[in-house]
Amino acid sequence: MIAALWDNRRFRNWGGQLLLLGGLAALLIWLVTNTVANLDARGIRVGFDFLSRPANFPISESVLPYDPADTFLWAYITGVGNTVAISILAIALSTALGLIVGLARRSQHPLTSGVASVFVTTVRNMPLIVHLLFWYALATTALPAPREALNPLPGVFLSLRGLYIPALELDANAAAFVGCLLASLALLVAFRRKVVSYFRLEGGGAGLLLLAVSAAFALFWAALFIPATSLSLPEYKGFNFSGGLRLSPEFAALMVGLVIYTSAFIGEIIRGGIDAVPAGQWEAGRAIGLSERHTLTHVIIPQALRIIIPPMTSQYLSTVKNTTLALAVGYPELGLVVGTVINQTGQAIESIALLLGTFLTISLAVSLFMNWYNARVALVEAR
Amino acid sequence: MNHALTSAAISIAALNKWYGNFQVLKDINLVVAPGERIVICGPSGSGKSTLIRCVNRIEEHQAGSISVNGIELDESLRNLDAIRREVGMVFQHFNLFPHLTVKENCALPQILSRGKRRKEAEEFAMHFLSKVRIPEQAEKYPGQLSGGQQQRVAIARALCMSPRIMLFDEPTSALDPEMVKEVLDTMIALAEDGMTMIVVTHEMGFARKVADRVVFMEGGEIVEINEPNRFFDDPKQPRTRHFLSSIMH
Repeated sequence: MIAALWDNRRFRNWGGQLLLLGGLAALLIWLVTNTVANLDARGIRVGFDFLSRPANFPISESVLPYDPADTFLWAYITGVGNTVAISILAIALSTALGLIVGLARRSQHPLTSGVASVFVTTVRNMPLIVHLLFWYALATTALPAPREALNPLPGVFLSLRGLYIPALELDANAAAFVGCLLASLALLVAFRRKVVSYFRLEGGGAGLLLLAVSAAFALFWAALFIPATSLSLPEYKGFNFSGGLRLSPEFAALMVGLVIYTSAFIGEIIRGGIDAVPAGQWEAGRAIGLSERHTLTHVIIPQALRIIIPPMTSQYLSTVKNTTLALAVGYPELGLVVGTVINQTGQAIESIALLLGTFLTISLAVSLFMNWYNARVALVEAR
Repeated sequence: MNHALTSAAISIAALNKWYGNFQVLKDINLVVAPGERIVICGPSGSGKSTLIRCVNRIEEHQAGSISVNGIELDESLRNLDAIRREVGMVFQHFNLFPHLTVKENCALPQILSRGKRRKEAEEFAMHFLSKVRIPEQAEKYPGQLSGGQQQRVAIARALCMSPRIMLFDEPTSALDPEMVKEVLDTMIALAEDGMTMIVVTHEMGFARKVADRVVFMEGGEIVEINEPNRFFDDPKQPRTRHFLSSIMH
C-alpha cells in the first residue's frame, strides 16, 4: 500500500509541494511569534502610528520641502522623493554617457576606442563605494574654501561647500504657467501621431505646429494670470553663501560617481546590442546609399534595442538600488532617512517594511515600463 | 574590349585585394558597357562576390582602380556617395530591415537620403512593389514573407533609389528551389527593361538566357570571358570546362 503510494507520480508531486508549503508556514509562524514575544519583552509597540508623530530630526537637503517639525511620514516621503530624483537623474545621465561610451568603443579610430576601453575596464572593476568616496574626497578636499570660491561664470561659485548657481524663483502663477506649458507639450507629444494624421502634416510641420500650440496655450495662461519671476543670485555673505541654488558636495559626489560607474556598464550593453545586429544590415544601409549616421539611427539602433533592453532593465534596477550607497557620502536618500527613523523610534520592522515596499514598488514600476517598451520594439516574425 | 572609358558603366582595371596575406582578387580587368548584362560564375571562394562588393565599396580594394559611370572610386566621400546613388545591390540573404514594413523598407531610404516627402516616397515604393508583383504585401513585415517574396522586396527597395546599375550577389542561393523562378523572372524583366546588371549566380539557365557575356572566375582571377553560347558549348579554357562539367550533372 505505502509502496504503491510512494511509487505514484501524482502522490510524489503533490506530497513534495505540500511538504515544502508546510515547512515555509512553520518557519513563518515561528518567526512571527518569536518576534512578537521579543518585542513584548522590550516593551516596543508594533504599528504604524509613529508615522504621524513629529520627526524632530533634520534632513540636510531634499527635493521636497521638509522641516524637522514635519511628521515621520513626511520625512519618509521626503526620502522617497530624494531617492526617486537621484534615480531618474542617474539613469538619464548614465544612459546618455553610456551611449557615447558604447559608440566610442566601436569606433574605427584606435585612439577613441582605446580611451573608451580603458575607461570601461577601469571604472567597471572598481566597487561603486570606492567611486563615491573618491569623488566625495575630491569634492571636499580638492576644492577651495568658500572665501576663495572658484567663480568661472558670473553667479556660479564652486567651493568646498558645493556648487552654487543662480536659481529662477517662480511664484505660484509662474509655476502654474511653466506647468501648463510642459503639460500641453507633453500631451501634444503623447498624441503626436493623432495630431499629425488629423491635420495631414508632413515631417517638420508637425513639430512646428506642436510648438505653436503649446506657446499659444502658455501665452493665454500668462495673459490671465501675470506670472512673477525673479532671479536669485548666490553671493558670499558672512561666512557662507546665500541665495541661488546649491548642489551639495554629497549630491555631486553621488551623481558623478553613480553616473560614471553605471555608464561603463550601459556602454557595454549598448555596444553588445549594436554588435549583435548582423553585418548585412550595415551593408544594406550603405549599399542603398544611407549615410553612416542614418544607418546607425534608423537601421541598427532600432534592431539593437531589442537586444539592449532586457539587460538594460537589470542595469536600471541596479542603479535604483545602488542609490542606497549614498549613505556612504551622507546624501539623505530613503535608506539614510529610514536609518535615522529607526534610531529615533526603534520601529525597525515597520521602517524596514516601508523601505522594502518602496524599493519593490519603484523596481516593479521600472520593470513594467521596460517590458512595455520591449514589447513595443519587438520584431514581427513569421506567424 | 576597348570600350572608351568614359562611356563604360563600370570599368575595373588591375584590381587587387588581400585579406591579410591571402589574395582574393588578382589583377582583375573588366569593362561593362551601359545596358550590358554580365553573369559571373565560378566555384565558391573564387572571389566573385568580393569583386562586385568592391564596386560600391562594401569591401575596400587595396590596388587598382574602379570607376562607375566615369566617377572614380577613390578616397573622396562625395564620389563614394555618387557611386552608391548609381548602383543598387541585392544580397544573398536579402538584408531587408526587419523592424520596418515592406513599404517602409522601400520608402525610408528615399526619405532619408533623397529628401523625398513620405507620400511621394510611398507612391514610388508601391510602383516598384507592383513591378515585382507583391503590392498586396506592402504593410507586412519581412519576417512574415517567404524567401522569394523577401528577395523581390529587396529588388524593389534597390530600384526605388533609381539606380542605373544593379549588382546581384547570389540572389537565389538562399532560396528554396520552388522560389528561385519568381526571383529570376523578376530579374529577367529588369534585364528586358535595359538595366545594366552584374549577376553573381550559379543559375546557368539564367546566364544562357539573359547574359551578354559570362565571366568565369577561379582562385581570384578571371579565367574566361565569353558570350553565353560559346561559354557553355565551347569554352576556351580547360578550367572552365572542368567547372561546367562539375555543375552540369
